[in-house]
Amino acid sequence: MSCQLLPLRSSRAATGTSETIASYGHRCHRSPVDYRQRYKTYSAGEQTISASHTKVMAEDLPGVLILDIGGTHGVLENLAVLLKKHFHLITMKEFLENKKEMSKKIQSVFVFECRPTIDRELLESLPNLKVIGNSGVGVDHLDLKMISNFGVKVTNTPHAVADPTADMAMALMLASARRLVEGCQIAVSPDTKYFAVDWLGVEVTRATLGIIGMGSIGYKVAQRARAFNMKILYHNRNRRRKEEEEAVGAHYCEKMEDLLQQSDFVMLVVNLTPETHKLIGKKELGLMKPTATLINISRGAVIDQDALVEALQKKIIRAAALDVTHPEPLPRDHPLLRLNNIIITPHIGTATVQAIRMMAEEAIANMLAVLNGQPIPSEVFPK
Amino acid sequence: MESQELPYVLIDCIGGKHGVYEDHIEFLEKHFHLISMKEYLENKKSLSEKIRAIYIWYHKPVINEELLQSLPNLKIVASSGVGIDHLDLRLLSSYGVKVANTPFAVSTDTADFGMALMLASSRRLVEGYQMAVSPDTEYFPADWLGAEVSGATLGIVGMGTIGYKVAQRAKAFEMKILYHNRNQRNKEDESAVGAVYCKKIDDLLQQSDFVLLAVTLTPQTHKLIGKKELELMKPTATLINISRGLVVDQDALVEALQKKIIKAAALDVTYPEPLPRDHPLLKLKNIIITPHIGSATKKTRRLMMENMTESIKAGLTGLPIPNEVLL
Repeated sequence: MSCQLLPLRSSRAATGTSETIASYGHRCHRSPVDYRQRYKTYSAGEQTISASHTKVMAEDLPGVLILDIGGTHGVLENLAVLLKKHFHLITMKEFLENKKEMSKKIQSVFVFECRPTIDRELLESLPNLKVIGNSGVGVDHLDLKMISNFGVKVTNTPHAVADPTADMAMALMLASARRLVEGCQIAVSPDTKYFAVDWLGVEVTRATLGIIGMGSIGYKVAQRARAFNMKILYHNRNRRRKEEEEAVGAHYCEKMEDLLQQSDFVMLVVNLTPETHKLIGKKELGLMKPTATLINISRGAVIDQDALVEALQKKIIRAAALDVTHPEPLPRDHPLLRLNNIIITPHIGTATVQAIRMMAEEAIANMLAVLNGQPIPSEVFPK
Repeated sequence: MESQELPYVLIDCIGGKHGVYEDHIEFLEKHFHLISMKEYLENKKSLSEKIRAIYIWYHKPVINEELLQSLPNLKIVASSGVGIDHLDLRLLSSYGVKVANTPFAVSTDTADFGMALMLASSRRLVEGYQMAVSPDTEYFPADWLGAEVSGATLGIVGMGTIGYKVAQRAKAFEMKILYHNRNQRNKEDESAVGAVYCKKIDDLLQQSDFVLLAVTLTPQTHKLIGKKELELMKPTATLINISRGLVVDQDALVEALQKKIIKAAALDVTYPEPLPRDHPLLKLKNIIITPHIGSATKKTRRLMMENMTESIKAGLTGLPIPNEVLL
């Protein structure tokens, strides 16, 4: 395969801060891991067993590159088992130790929790790479244009993520409105002598939910919110069909400002793209009701975090609930961690046993489709 | 001048940790001449015959025989919330005093909170929050997982107003819904939420991923969930209690959670509230406890107050009493 090496536009910021991202789409929200340095050492026993059992079969299968198996950032053990059914599994360590032989075998890369990092150097060293199968729906950590220039396809897993992420959105909205985390702290604190009766949260049922980004996940949130008799407003690049709107009782707000002004809960469910970067800033927060809650299950960079800190400190909005920040985790001295009108969760929108497995299955199906020249269920194209 | 024509209603106190809310007083004083317990005790002789109703806010004032004997013209007590297990209904009835509660005002908030607890527990929200903000956190591990709510089986024990609202909400998460109740609901109600009746609670316990208790506390439901019931539950199941602490045998629950007989519990109610600070439930990792906040929203509390006002007024004028609790 010939790779057209076109002039590269800068995809790496000179400094590490989120503010100086040149093409922000390619900076992963997760703290950077230099895969050349950090990987788990395989125990010799494991390696021998897998080698002897699968040596003959594995070599016939297409090679898939992963960061690692197990450990803090590696692919989960049960997912590795799934991959091995269809691929010759090659870890980054194995690849780096034997680049010459391994590089030709790798036809696919399984990107799990943004790792391994896909950079130009890696792409140049994998001449037979055909597809990058991402676990998860967000691909803002991938330089789609650069990858496409190498003739490599990118796929994601929009179906597997939708239910668990919509559930997490509802969990955050309910927990924030009803002050669940604070309540837990009171219930178990050694200093608690009584439960004050004037300790109150805000209602979810019959409140107004404004969904920004009404794709698959946003729509599933709307379906759930409807059962709580919520009034649903939405803002989206394109308006949904009338039947879809009516099925969840959603009203389209062509102008995001209208949604912001009327909502008790504003929920961000967009992709991170150049258009949605810092979509919610000082102006937007100022438009929201002072009694409103901002919920983010998309990407940290969709919000201007400094503006959010100020808005929460000055009670310009009531509270925020974030499953995503930039970066993840936040630096331990970040002002967001010191506020008491915020819930932050560690990007667990798809962190369920079922979802992790389904995402791997969806990624495997996509990668196999590419390698077998079949229609690709979820290909992602550069803009 | 007008306040002397308004009926005299006894309350415990205003404001503070358990008193009637200050921002409710304006409304109440349009309808009643409020007498606090302190005022009453200082002036029993002149006030005791004037008091015709008691406004019980969060179980205070406590109604005992002594109080009933000293209020000869007491006609009605209105109690906030839906639970009336803190009232001796027989005693009140023997004095000819009617009782009203606020079952509908609390129902949606409590159902919402049942869902909040189920979602928070299954997705490990509180633990996740602690990790996200802990000074020791350096990275978020990839193998940290919760369990899915969508598509799971929810068993509702007690399908009254609150239980049914939980079912309506759970249906939108495509949950399979089982329920156990004193009486089976009618077919339309069942099919509207896709709920399947389990005549035997054991069947519900064995099949559910989440068991949610939404019963009233009565002699029959006291310690309804004990060692036997916990053992019938799946080891991957979660117990959620939004009813009353005494519906669960707490000692049995401690043991079941310690031995991982069930996966986790989420309790908005315990016995007592709060638990003693050295109680074993507070030391467990696989539990969420909240401070009985099922109906704790501004709007709902205001609605409760308005409902109670309406009930008292009806009781004093001999009209049918909304939300009357009958023996």
